[in-house]
Amino acid sequence: MLAYLTAVSWSPYLAGAGIGILACCAFLLSDRPLGCSTGYVKIGGLVERALRPAIVEKNEYYRMIPPAIDWQFMIVPGIVIGAFLSAVLSGSFHLVWVPALWGDTFGYSPALRVVVAVIGGILLETGARWAGGCTSGHGISGTLQLSCASIAAAACFFIGGIAMAMLLFHIIG
Amino acid sequence: MLTGLHRNRRAQIALGLFIGIAFGFLLQKSNVTSYQVVIGQLLLSDFTILKMMLSAVIVGMIGFFTLKRLRLVQPHIMSGAAGSSLAGGLVFGLGFALLGYCPGTVAGAVGQGALDALFGGCTGMLIGAGLFARIYPALDTAILHRGEFPATTLPQLLHASERLVILLFVIVSVLFLLLLEHWGL
Repeated sequence: MLAYLTAVSWSPYLAGAGIGILACCAFLLSDRPLGCSTGYVKIGGLVERALRPAIVEKNEYYRMIPPAIDWQFMIVPGIVIGAFLSAVLSGSFHLVWVPALWGDTFGYSPALRVVVAVIGGILLETGARWAGGCTSGHGISGTLQLSCASIAAAACFFIGGIAMAMLLFHIIG
Repeated sequence: MLTGLHRNRRAQIALGLFIGIAFGFLLQKSNVTSYQVVIGQLLLSDFTILKMMLSAVIVGMIGFFTLKRLRLVQPHIMSGAAGSSLAGGLVFGLGFALLGYCPGTVAGAVGQGALDALFGGCTGMLIGAGLFARIYPALDTAILHRGEFPATTLPQLLHASERLVILLFVIVSVLFLLLLEHWGL
């Protein structure tokens, strides 16, 4: 048992099966699909409400997804803590600015990597809210319910992702 | 259904945290919080993400429909449309490759020390959330409902029973995974 906790990685099938059980727990215990992208709306909305309350009050989207510390909010810090525990237990926690694959292709400048990551993050969260879910909300929780919207969205996540990755690493890089 | 538990706000905040911790732990252990693994999947050279996701979907599907039969869970399905599911999905894809993480794995990458995920990814995600809240009213009237899908679930679309579609989905997924292993991917 201890060997499992300290292992650097598990078979993706074993970890995946665990995530499948976890998705069922979320439906059973919280009556919610397991997903992350709504959490960022809650966190961003709380930050924005602290800075400019009037904009959040009037905004139609924030009325649908009210900024609050609730189940969806907690998923995001939960993931950070869970991944931290897993990485520390296996001795694989390392502070890294530039991933090796990026660095070997585009250089090890943290500034360039962070700028591209910000642009990627903006498109990622905009796209997730646009499609109504992310790789977990649509890709796992929606697909396991046989939802057409989720299966179509998940396919497009990969179609767009493959096209952009090929452009970045096979054409530009 | 455990309605009492669902309505208990404090218990749900704690459950969100615990489910998040377990999720982050499993994401990190399956390696999908690594930039190399995500980009490897998008370059079709490393199929860890697809293996993990299909395994989660197969196990989750069998569990969900069993719990549904026992009336312990209810479906949470949104209606799809080309203007939301497909257009939004493609925008997501572009960000997926530029960032090299998805909304869940970017948080997991922060947990294992990826500073590009923290200062780049999470900053972008919060800006993206604020940006979407602003463009939502215009998108909602102009694009989101274009080309609505004729059905909400695969069994409805195929005019087949739930059981048959689940069985076919599981068989096709398992065959696909066996082929991946056979090809050494």
